[in-house]
Amino acid sequence: MSVSNGVSAPAAEWRAGIMAIMPAAIAVVPFGLLLGAAAASKGLSPLEVGLMGGLVFAGSSQFVAVDLWTHPAPWLALGFAALLINLRHVLMSASISSKFGSFAPWQKTLAVFVLADEIWAVAERRALSQPLTPAFYFATGVFLYVNWLVWTVLGTVLGAAMGDPKAMGFDFAFTAIFIGLVVGFWQGRRTGFVIAASAIVAAIVEKAVEGPWYVLAGALAGIAVAAIMAPAEKAA
Amino acid sequence: MTVTLANLLAILAMAAATYATRVSGLFIADRIPKSGRARAALDALPAAVLTAVIAPTAVATGPAETIAAGITVLAAFRLPLLATVVVGVVAVVVLRLLLGS
Repeated sequence: MSVSNGVSAPAAEWRAGIMAIMPAAIAVVPFGLLLGAAAASKGLSPLEVGLMGGLVFAGSSQFVAVDLWTHPAPWLALGFAALLINLRHVLMSASISSKFGSFAPWQKTLAVFVLADEIWAVAERRALSQPLTPAFYFATGVFLYVNWLVWTVLGTVLGAAMGDPKAMGFDFAFTAIFIGLVVGFWQGRRTGFVIAASAIVAAIVEKAVEGPWYVLAGALAGIAVAAIMAPAEKAA
Repeated sequence: MTVTLANLLAILAMAAATYATRVSGLFIADRIPKSGRARAALDALPAAVLTAVIAPTAVATGPAETIAAGITVLAAFRLPLLATVVVGVVAVVVLRLLLGS
């Protein structure tokens, strides 16, 4: 099952995909190690951590799950927590699927399997400047996927010997990546209002409501502002 | 190198829930209008979601994180992504030291 089947997959697209996802791949290294170490302390084996990373591939929900993990594993609660935390992916997938024009149906089905935040953001950014190709998309997906498996499993094997990523400022790396990506979506003053609405509502809801609801609340506030500000006669 | 049944069940439940969120967008996308307010909302989605994910850390954690976020924004308008991340991380480490947080 080569992703180049039927679709031209120029090496340049693969290289561009790997270069685009590289900052995120580097930034997740300490988090992968930390997640593995935390899972080991909860009694999960390296194989189980590898299975989780390989089948779920959603970092924030994996952190929450490991935090909630008890024995025997509360599968219903863990599944529901993953559903809540990953609800934002419904919106992301709806948005990116309109850029999957050159993807075969099976490629779309496989593509959304690796639709982690970073891959989605990089793909949306790419689609602003040129058509999104399967080669570019799967380069980012495969690279980040393998990278994530390697570091989380290694973290499980190495155990708790690692320090606190906060001491080195690594916890801020994702914030910095996402700021960089948001700026890439800048299309004038209207984007500023969208960002302001999203930031204010997300920050307030995060303080007021337990759980990951702030992401949905902030996102909805942002797109509501975009809808309100849209020129009524916009037809193109 | 063992997998217990309960752990496997939990991992499969998480995987099913996560894939369900990711695949469902493919089915609602066909009903998305090509223009108008709904289209404008969808076009704003990437920036809105990314902002919402980071806003609590960026603006409501403490002065070190908020100032570092501001510096990162300035860097992001001028530098490539990897350089922006380095600037942001160095800024937050220095500011946490200076501000004692």
